[in-house]
Amino acid sequence: MSTNDIVMSIRDVSKRFGEGCEACREDTSILNGNICPDCGTVHAVRDISFDLHEGEILGIVGESGSGKSTLMKMMYFDQENTSGDYYLRSYENGAENVFDVSSQKKREIRNEQLGMVYQNPLHGLKINFSSMTNIAEKLIAGGSRNVGEMTARGDMFLEKVNIPLSRKFEAPKNFSGGMQQRVQIAKALSNYPPILLLDEVTTGLDLSVQADVLELIKEIQREMGVSMIVVSHDLAIIRMLCDRTMVLLNGEVIESGITDQILEDPQHEYTQQLVYSIL
Amino acid sequence: MLTVENFGKSFTTHHLNQTRKAVSGISFNVEKGEFLGIVGKSGSGKSTVLKSIYGTYKPNEGQILYDSERFGTVNLHEIPDHDLIRLRKTEIGYVSQFLKVMPRTTSFELVVLSLLEMGVDRVTAEVTAEETLRHFDLPEALWHNYPNTFSGGEKLRLNIACAVVKAPRLLLLDEPTASLDQASKLKVRESISKLKDSGTTLIGIFHDLEFMEGLCDKVYDMSARAVKETV
Ligand SMILES: Nc1ncnc2c1ncn2[C@@H]1O[C@H](COP(=O)(O)OP(=O)(O)O)[C@@H](O)[C@H]1O
Ligand SMILES: Nc1ncnc2c1ncn2[C@@H]1O[C@H](COP(=O)(O)OP(=O)(O)O)[C@@H](O)[C@H]1O
Ligand SMILES: [Mg+2]
Ligand SMILES: [Mg+2]
Ligand SMILES: [Zn+2]
Repeated sequence: MSTNDIVMSIRDVSKRFGEGCEACREDTSILNGNICPDCGTVHAVRDISFDLHEGEILGIVGESGSGKSTLMKMMYFDQENTSGDYYLRSYENGAENVFDVSSQKKREIRNEQLGMVYQNPLHGLKINFSSMTNIAEKLIAGGSRNVGEMTARGDMFLEKVNIPLSRKFEAPKNFSGGMQQRVQIAKALSNYPPILLLDEVTTGLDLSVQADVLELIKEIQREMGVSMIVVSHDLAIIRMLCDRTMVLLNGEVIESGITDQILEDPQHEYTQQLVYSIL
Repeated sequence: MLTVENFGKSFTTHHLNQTRKAVSGISFNVEKGEFLGIVGKSGSGKSTVLKSIYGTYKPNEGQILYDSERFGTVNLHEIPDHDLIRLRKTEIGYVSQFLKVMPRTTSFELVVLSLLEMGVDRVTAEVTAEETLRHFDLPEALWHNYPNTFSGGEKLRLNIACAVVKAPRLLLLDEPTASLDQASKLKVRESISKLKDSGTTLIGIFHDLEFMEGLCDKVYDMSARAVKETV
């Protein structure tokens, strides 16, 4: 990694679902969308490269199936990459490709250096356990052992995301969708990761609840200086949150730029369609 | 400070299969501390020039060179996006009639945030924000409201407050007085003139030529494609 304010670098990262025929492994087959017509392999993410800078919010936008979640899952080690490199400043100062480290090391990175908030709270939370237990689990995974410290940390983050402490021992399954997302955010932040990944975290919420969560995200970014990657199919959300934006189509980045440039002077036909359809 | 060389911009609209030239052949040069006005009829490309300097539009002809404090002389269209974002936070300001949307952020907080992103501490930022909102006569009752509901004039004064408070090295103004009454216009004029005295370089579009008199050092005329000195 070159400049020191880069906290994450992704280089030529690809993900294929399927064995791949010779042509599609060599990237010479002409895909039908993201599918190889000869062997049916799905090219979910294709040769993506980008840097994430300290304190910035990077947006990734694209329609359903464009590869956004697959990319995020690779960064959080939920999914293995097919090829490409991944560097984190927080790991060996970016000197090692973290896709290649041991699974033990990957677990450590995941628990201590990254936070992930999924669209579906069931993926990020143990929904039948209390909010406090959920946070404690992440803290323990990150190496904490002191119960007093863990409860204090839990209280602090639940307060930060506006979950009443009187409800900290309740299971999130009883909470509204917006509250569940806020518990997920508290859990994801609880180890003070330098990077937070957010995958469609407001999709499906009522508009006013959506606004609350968006505001919370912006506030956290300001107060904690966490660098974030925000994935959404909705350019209106990207417009509110993101400094820079990448547009994905069929697993490829077709355009990227400063967010207002993407919105006011979109170059690619697909980006223009997206922009013209913002409400 | 800023050199625009043979700048041109066209827009391609794919679904219409159409490319239209918005403007071309623009060259001018602004020295540090100068105020350049841009005049021309509606649709002549004035806003396109400003937005291309700010990086909202991607130009396709010529170059725009800026003497930055942080990076030295840069072509604004070739520097990495991240560096341009940094210049916007600390050196280059832009004011238009349109307010940037932010979820649930009060007008007071918006001004504070513009200062925070320059590295000012919160206490100083809050004090300065208060002074600035007072100066622009934004009623105190509105400070802790979300600006979505503000009138055009109130939004505009807030926009100007956010930009002016940073005392940027280069400030781009796209009709910042368009929907203001005479009293507010004078306040804006007063602030601009203060900024100019403190060394800010300005490029401004005003539909109201009178307003610019005595403020601008020179005027770029879009139809003549030339700079005229005004004294
Ligand atoms: N586990 C999987 N097995 C096979 N195909 C998958 C799998 N996960 C995702 N895909 C495919 O990869 C592509 C990208 O999916 P995804 O990353 O979920 O897109 P997005 O999040 O942008 O909607 C889609 O075509 C999807 O069907
Ligand atoms: N984002 C855009 N997309 C397409 N055309 C544009 C865009 N912005 C400006 N134009 C066109 O460029 C020309 C110049 O516009 P503009 O710079 O706004 O003029 P002015 O500010 O002088 O009124 C107009 O024909 C306008 O329609
Ligand atoms: Mg998805
Ligand atoms: Mg205009
Ligand atoms: Zn194939």
